[in-house]
Amino acid sequence: MSRKTLAALAMLATLSGAGMAAPTEIKVWRHDTGDAEMVASRDMVERFNRSQAKWRVVVESIPQGSYTESITAASLVGQLPCLMTIDQPAVPNFAWAGNIRPLDDLLPESVVRPLLPGGRGTYRGRLYSVGQFDVVLALFARRSALVAEGARVATVEQPYSAQELRDILLKVKHTGHYRYPLDLNGKAKGEWVSYAFSPWLQSAGADLVDRNDYLRVDGVLNGGPALGVARYYARLFKDKLAERNPADEKGFEQGRSLIQYTGSWKARDYAERFGDDLVVMPPPDFGHGPRVGAASWQWAVSRSCPHAAGAAAFLSHVLSASEMAEMSRMTGLVPVSAAAAAMTEHYRPGSDWRVYFDFAARYAQPRPATPAYPAISAAFEKAMADLRGGKEPAEAMDEAVEAIEYDLARNNGYGFTRPKAVASK
Amino acid sequence: MKTLLGRDHPLAVGGFAGPALILFAAFILAPLLLAAAATFTNHRLVSPEPTRYVGLDNYKRLLALQVVTVEPLRDGAGAVLRDEDGMRFPTWRQTRSERPALAGYRAAWQFGLGERRIVLAATDPLFYRSLINTFLFALLVLPLQCGVALGLALLVNQRIAGRIFFRTVYFAPVVTSMVVASIVWSFMLNTDRGMINELLRTLTGNPDVGPDWLGESRYAMPAIAIMSAWQGAGFQMLVFLAGLQSISPELYEAATLMGANAWQRFVHVTLPGLRNTIVFVMVSTMLMAFGLFTQVDVMTAGGPLDSTTTVVYHAVRSGFKQQDIGYGSTITLVFFGIVLLASALQRFLASKGADK
Amino acid sequence: MNAFLRKALLCAPLFILMGLLGLVFAAPLLFMFASSFKHDDAIFSDLSSWSAYVPDAGWSMANYAAIFERSNLPLFLFNSTLIALAVVVGGILVNSMLAFSLSRMRWRGRGAVLSVVVGMMIIPFEVIAIPLLSLVARLPWLGIEQGALTLHIGWFNSLHVQIIPFLANAFCVFLFYQFFRDIPPELDEAAKMDGAGPWALFFRIILPNSRPVIATAAIVLFIAAWNQYLWPIMVVQGEAARPVQPGIQQFFGRSNSWGQIMAYASVVTLPVLAVFLAFQRQFVASVAGSGIKG
Repeated sequence: MSRKTLAALAMLATLSGAGMAAPTEIKVWRHDTGDAEMVASRDMVERFNRSQAKWRVVVESIPQGSYTESITAASLVGQLPCLMTIDQPAVPNFAWAGNIRPLDDLLPESVVRPLLPGGRGTYRGRLYSVGQFDVVLALFARRSALVAEGARVATVEQPYSAQELRDILLKVKHTGHYRYPLDLNGKAKGEWVSYAFSPWLQSAGADLVDRNDYLRVDGVLNGGPALGVARYYARLFKDKLAERNPADEKGFEQGRSLIQYTGSWKARDYAERFGDDLVVMPPPDFGHGPRVGAASWQWAVSRSCPHAAGAAAFLSHVLSASEMAEMSRMTGLVPVSAAAAAMTEHYRPGSDWRVYFDFAARYAQPRPATPAYPAISAAFEKAMADLRGGKEPAEAMDEAVEAIEYDLARNNGYGFTRPKAVASK
Repeated sequence: MKTLLGRDHPLAVGGFAGPALILFAAFILAPLLLAAAATFTNHRLVSPEPTRYVGLDNYKRLLALQVVTVEPLRDGAGAVLRDEDGMRFPTWRQTRSERPALAGYRAAWQFGLGERRIVLAATDPLFYRSLINTFLFALLVLPLQCGVALGLALLVNQRIAGRIFFRTVYFAPVVTSMVVASIVWSFMLNTDRGMINELLRTLTGNPDVGPDWLGESRYAMPAIAIMSAWQGAGFQMLVFLAGLQSISPELYEAATLMGANAWQRFVHVTLPGLRNTIVFVMVSTMLMAFGLFTQVDVMTAGGPLDSTTTVVYHAVRSGFKQQDIGYGSTITLVFFGIVLLASALQRFLASKGADK
Repeated sequence: MNAFLRKALLCAPLFILMGLLGLVFAAPLLFMFASSFKHDDAIFSDLSSWSAYVPDAGWSMANYAAIFERSNLPLFLFNSTLIALAVVVGGILVNSMLAFSLSRMRWRGRGAVLSVVVGMMIIPFEVIAIPLLSLVARLPWLGIEQGALTLHIGWFNSLHVQIIPFLANAFCVFLFYQFFRDIPPELDEAAKMDGAGPWALFFRIILPNSRPVIATAAIVLFIAAWNQYLWPIMVVQGEAARPVQPGIQQFFGRSNSWGQIMAYASVVTLPVLAVFLAFQRQFVASVAGSGIKG
C-alpha cells in the first residue's frame, strides 16, 4: 500500500490507541475451582484480551462450594454480570426466571454446530448456555485386582449388567479382601447424587420426569423400573457392598475398594497413579444400555448485559477448537467437539482417553431441561439419602414424587402444558 | 432495682437508646416483617411470575393434621391378610386415593391399635418431625453443655497451676467456625476409621463395637448434641466463671467456719450465688439450640431418615434450596411464635415460683 | 510430709482431670492443625490412630504455601479483621448505650423495648437473611470515588454491608443489661450529687467499671463477625470485600484437597484464639479486682 495510506493508518492507530476507543470492559463471573482449570481459564481470557482491542474481559472468581447461592442472591437483586458460568442443569431455571438470554441469535451457527450435546444447555428448544468440556461417569478399577478376584473386565461393547456387577461385588465381599468393594464417591454431596444415579434410572427405562411434557412424575420416578433401581441401590448398602458415610473419596486410590464409580475428572490422576493397570469401564447396564450424565459448567449471558456483541465474541473465542483443546490439555477434561478432540493428545481417535469421548458420544443423557430441576434434584437426592438410611424404596420414591409434584403445582407447571394428544395413563 | 434519674430527658434517652434501636428496627425488625408478609404470599426465590397473595394457604399447608384409621387388607371372606411382618395394610398412596379429603396429606406417624392402624397424617409431616427433633436436641444439649460448663468453671476456678492454659484450651472450640468444626467432627465420627469408634474399640476390646454415628437415626442427633456441647461449653464456662468470682469469699469462709464440707459449700453457697448466672446460661443455651442449622447442614443434611432435620434446617431447605420463600418464612415465623410462647410461659412459671 | 507436697497431692487428681478434659476439648482442633501439615493421603491413613493428632514424619508446609497461592488469603484476613474490629467497637458502644438506657433511665415503653430485645435473641439469622438481602440492595450509600462524593444504591460487595447490620446485637444488649442492673445505685447518687448528667455518668463511671462484660461482649461480637459465613456468600461476590470464611469453599470442588482445607481452617482459627488470649487476661484480672460485687 502507498506510503500515504500507511501514514494515515498509523495515525488512525495512534489516535485509537490514545484513548479514543479504550476496550470496553466485560464483567464475567466464574466458579473458582482453584486448580489447573483456573490457570487454563486465566490464560484463555488473556489470549482473548490480547487478540483484539475492542473488548476486555475481567473475571471475578467465586468459590465453587457456595457458587450457586452467590449468583442466586445476586440475581434476586438484579446484580448479575455480563457473562457467568452456570452448572448446566441449573440453566433452565435461570432461563425461566429471566436472568439469562438465548444464545441462538447471538452466536454464529458455525460455532455452535460442532458442539456435542454435553456442550450445550437448552431449554424449550433454545440454546442458553455453551460449554467447553464435559465429564463422563465411569467405573474405575485395576486390572490386576479384577483378575485376582476372578472378575472379567467390562468393555464398551460388553458393559457389566447391574446383576453381574452385584454378583462380582458379593463374591468379593465374601472373600473379605475388601471391606467395601464398591466406592460410590459417597463423600460428595449435592448435585453429585443426581448426576451419578439418575442415569441408572434412565438405564432401567425410568427417568426423573417424563420428558414429553416435563410434568408427569408419577409412574416415572416411582414406577416399576425406577423401584428396581431404588431397591438395587438400597441393597448395596444393606449388604455392605458400599459404605454409607465414607470418610473420604480415596477408597479406591488407597486400595480399600475394588471398583470406584466416579467422574472422569479423575482420569489424569488415576492414569498417572496406576498407568496401564487402570481400566475404565462403562457404568452398569440396567436393561436399556448404560447411561452417563452429560454437561458440566457452562457459560451463559445475562439478560442485562449491555455488551452482547462482546459476550458473543468472547464465547466464540472460548468455543474455538484450539481453545477447547487447550483447556482439555490443561485439565484433562473431555472436549465437546470432535475437532477439538482431534487436536488433543489424549482424546483424538485411537488415544488412551478416547474411551471417555466415546462414552460421551454413546451414552450421554443430559439431565431434564426443566426449571423444576433444582427441586427435582433435591427430591431425588433426599430419596437416595433415605434409601441409604434404610427407608422402604416404594415410600422413598413416593415421597420424592410428592415433593416434585407439589413444586410443579406451586409453579403452575413452570409454563409447561400437557400435549393435546396424551398417551393414556 | 431502682432507677435514680427520674423520668429522663427524652433527648438523653434518645441519644442512648436511639442508635441501637434504629439498627434493630432497620436490620432485624423490618426484614422480619417482610418475612411475615411473605408468609401470606407464594413468593419464590427466582420466578418470572409475579408474587400472589394466597392468604393462609402456607399456614394450612404447614399445620394441617388429621387422624386417619386404616383397616388392614382383607380377603374375600373378610379375614385379615397376613404376611411374615404382621398384618398387611394398604400403602399410604392407596389409602389416600380412596379418600379425597386426604389429598396432599402424608403419613407422619402410625401405630397399631388392635386390628387397625392409626395414622397421624399431615400435609407437612416433616414440620412436626422437625419440631420434635429440635426440642429433643435442646433437651439433650442443655444439661450436657451447662453441666460441663459449670464443671469446667469450677475446675479452672481452683488455684492450680496451668489454669489459664486450660481455660484457653476449653475455650478454643468456641472460636472455631461451625463449618470447620462440623467437618472435623464428621471425620472423627466416621464409623470405621474415626477416632471415637477407635477409642471405643480399644476401651472395650470388642472389634465390632462402634455405632454408625451419623448413619443411624438413633445416634445421629445425640452425636450432634455432643458436638454442639463441645463447641459451646467453653463460652458458658466463662459466664459461669464470672458468676463464681462474684460470690464473696466471706460466704465461703463463714460456711467453712460452720463446719461445712466441700459438697455442702457447693450446694449452699455456690449454687445459690450462681442462680442468676445459671438461669442466664440455660436460657441462652436453649435459644441457641433452637437455631440449630449449620451442623446439620454439613454433617447429616437432615438425615438419616429425617432424624436430624430441625425447624431452621427445614425452613432453609424449603426456602433456599426448594426456592419457596413464602413457605420457608411461614415455618420460621410459626416456630418463632412457639418459642416466644414457651419462653413467656417459662418466665411466668419462674416468677410464680419466685413468689412462693 | 510438708505442706507443699500435700497440696500437690491434692491438686494432682484435679490436674489430671483437667488434662484429660483438655485433650477431649482440644482433640478436634489438634486433628485439624496436625492434618494441615500432612499430605492428603497421610491424613486418611492416619485417621484411626493417634497419629491423626500429631504431624507425621514427612510433615511440610506445602498446604500452607498452596492456600496462599490459590486464594487471596491475606486480603481476606485483612477484610475480616477490619470487619470484626468495626463490629466490636461499634457494637460495644451501641449495645451498652441501649442497655444503659434500659437499666438506668426511666422512660415510657422501656419495658416493651426490653421484651422486644429479649425476643430478638431467638431469631436465627437464616430467617431474615433473604428479606435483609432485598433491603440492603436498595439502601443508598455515600462513597468517595476518585475524589468526589458519589451516591450509589445498594450495599453489595462492600465492607459496610458486613458491619452495619450486625452492630446491634440483642444478646449483647441483654448481657450489658444484666450487668448494669447489678451495679449498685450508690454510684449514680454520687454522680448526681456532683452534678453529672447521664452522659458523664455513663462514660466516666459505668463503662470503666464494666470491663468484664465489655470483654465478654467483645469476644462474642468478634467471634460472630469473624465466623460470618452465609451473609458474605450472599452479598459479596467479588474478591475485594470477601472475608475469610466463604473462601474455604474454594477448596471444595470435584476433588477436595483436605490438607489445604485444614490449613485454611487453621489459618482462619488461630487469630481468633490469639484475640481471646489477649482479652482473657483483662477479663479475669478485672473481675477479680473490680470490687463491685463484693
